[in-house]
Amino acid sequence: MSAPIVAAGSVKSRPAPRRRSGRAIADILQLLALVALAVFILIPIYWMITTSLKSTNDTFAVPPLFIFPPTAEHYQTIIAEGAVLPSLRNSLIVATGSTALALLLGTPAAYAMARFDFRGKSALWFWFISNRFISPIVVALPFFLLARDLKLLDRHLALILAYLTFNIPLVIWLCIDQFRSIPRDIDQAALVDGAHPWQVFRSIMLPLAIPGVVVSAILCFVFSWNEFLFALVLTRSEARTAPVEASNFMTGFGVRWGAMMATGTLIVLPVVIFAAIVSRHLVRGLTMGAVK
Amino acid sequence: MATADYQSRSVVDAVATAPGGPLRRRVNWTPLTMLLPAVVALLLIGVYPLIYALRTSFQQFLVTKPYLGTPFVGLANYSAALGDPFFRDSLVRTGVFFLLTVPIQVVLGIAVALLLTSSRWRRLSAVTRVLLVLPIATTPTVIGLIGRLIYNRDFGLLNWAFSLIGLGPFNWLGEPKAAMITVALTDTWQWMPFVALVAMSGLTSVPPDIVEASKLETSDVWETFRNVQLPFLLPGLTAVLIIRTADILKMFDMIFVLTRGGPGVSTELVSIYVQRVGFRIFDMGLASAMAILLLILCNVLAQLYIRIFYREIEA
Repeated sequence: MSAPIVAAGSVKSRPAPRRRSGRAIADILQLLALVALAVFILIPIYWMITTSLKSTNDTFAVPPLFIFPPTAEHYQTIIAEGAVLPSLRNSLIVATGSTALALLLGTPAAYAMARFDFRGKSALWFWFISNRFISPIVVALPFFLLARDLKLLDRHLALILAYLTFNIPLVIWLCIDQFRSIPRDIDQAALVDGAHPWQVFRSIMLPLAIPGVVVSAILCFVFSWNEFLFALVLTRSEARTAPVEASNFMTGFGVRWGAMMATGTLIVLPVVIFAAIVSRHLVRGLTMGAVK
Repeated sequence: MATADYQSRSVVDAVATAPGGPLRRRVNWTPLTMLLPAVVALLLIGVYPLIYALRTSFQQFLVTKPYLGTPFVGLANYSAALGDPFFRDSLVRTGVFFLLTVPIQVVLGIAVALLLTSSRWRRLSAVTRVLLVLPIATTPTVIGLIGRLIYNRDFGLLNWAFSLIGLGPFNWLGEPKAAMITVALTDTWQWMPFVALVAMSGLTSVPPDIVEASKLETSDVWETFRNVQLPFLLPGLTAVLIIRTADILKMFDMIFVLTRGGPGVSTELVSIYVQRVGFRIFDMGLASAMAILLLILCNVLAQLYIRIFYREIEA
């Protein structure tokens, strides 16, 4: 790892003989800062994973153990207890369902917002976006009572619908920009040829907008996967999602560290790996929302 | 942005004025059919609960005493909320938390962005850039669990690190002031990278020749940053302030797991307190009034930020 970096650094160094030592110090400081930043970010995740693989005795070791005989006992325990895997399945169902529904409802709306002019458009845009800023605590009680009356408590559908409150605005927000960036001539040509706008949307515009759709899908999925408050209020046991399952470890006073970290690893690691793989898209989505 | 707006407007005109009545009619109705599903969905799941919460905030609504019914009590819940010292204290704590986290996250985030965009260690920078998304994607409840482990007084990693330089042990989660700082540190771990990513995208939108020109004029890096780069960061940072304000007003998961608002109520931020009133004490009327007040506060602050900070890049 370090060899190519050093090589790249020395090849690219500028010819500035008088200030070379100053540059060298600056470079080393930058290197230290980069390493410190990487360690700062990785330490909690690293510690979660290693603790999940430590025997209970090793967990309490002082000084902390960085090298230890790994064990899978905590994973075996939590899987045998039978709550974690169903909760992960619930999270997957809810996050996938809500993401799919948000895309289904949100992309046509985003296309209409990007391509048609009508009265009250900017007010509508603002309303769409403002939904994202409503605190879950405001609507948690109405949701709870509604779900109870509709017999949706502890069902996946309740959470799928609840998560639409932040997923639809997200899809609309990000996809408007994507549709706008597609040259006008393309859909105009199809419209002049007599195609119906819905047809144009479905078979021409949507395929071209895939990058933006993917970005918003990723963000919807990650936010839904991680959501806690709605899940806490709207589920009991059958539809309980992984973050709620994780929080249950805190009912006693933090005794089962290994099991806790094994559960955390199962919840976080898939998403974190996924996030690293699609980081380019994720960054685009996060900053697009903030910058525009 | 500006050109996109211009394009969309001009072509919509072209479509709308295309010859023939049927086409015009079609153009008028299609956007409606495209917008309607999303609008109806958001009305049902966004607006209806909000109106319901608003109505509840004018009612006496004690879940544990259903025999009392839910009579309308006017503004009683609002005056109770405003007169509730715990509510006020939780708002003050939320403000303190904001001041403990956001300024540091903004400064650090900009520093990280400058480091990653200007460093000559290209490959390490690229790897670190990928790492920045990890905290944002990490489940907040699990962050709370990890925190309990790392901040543990007896065998936690952090106290061990401090013991290496001869300090501690500290009771990170056990003492009120320390717990607040610990929670702020944890929040910084998760959200400083977000600020850095936004700042980086702002920095890359600065035309490189302007930066070069400024470097010729002054050797002062700070001058270059303040006069040339900072203006490009302001829109993004405004958005960061709005998003973080809304986030902190609704912050729940991580603190709920890490400290449960404790010790005592020392880290009980406002939405944790509202949740306690609503779902532990079960006074839904009061909780709804508090939640509505929060919503208003969030809106007012967002408007304020936009007025104060937003500057056009060209200006």
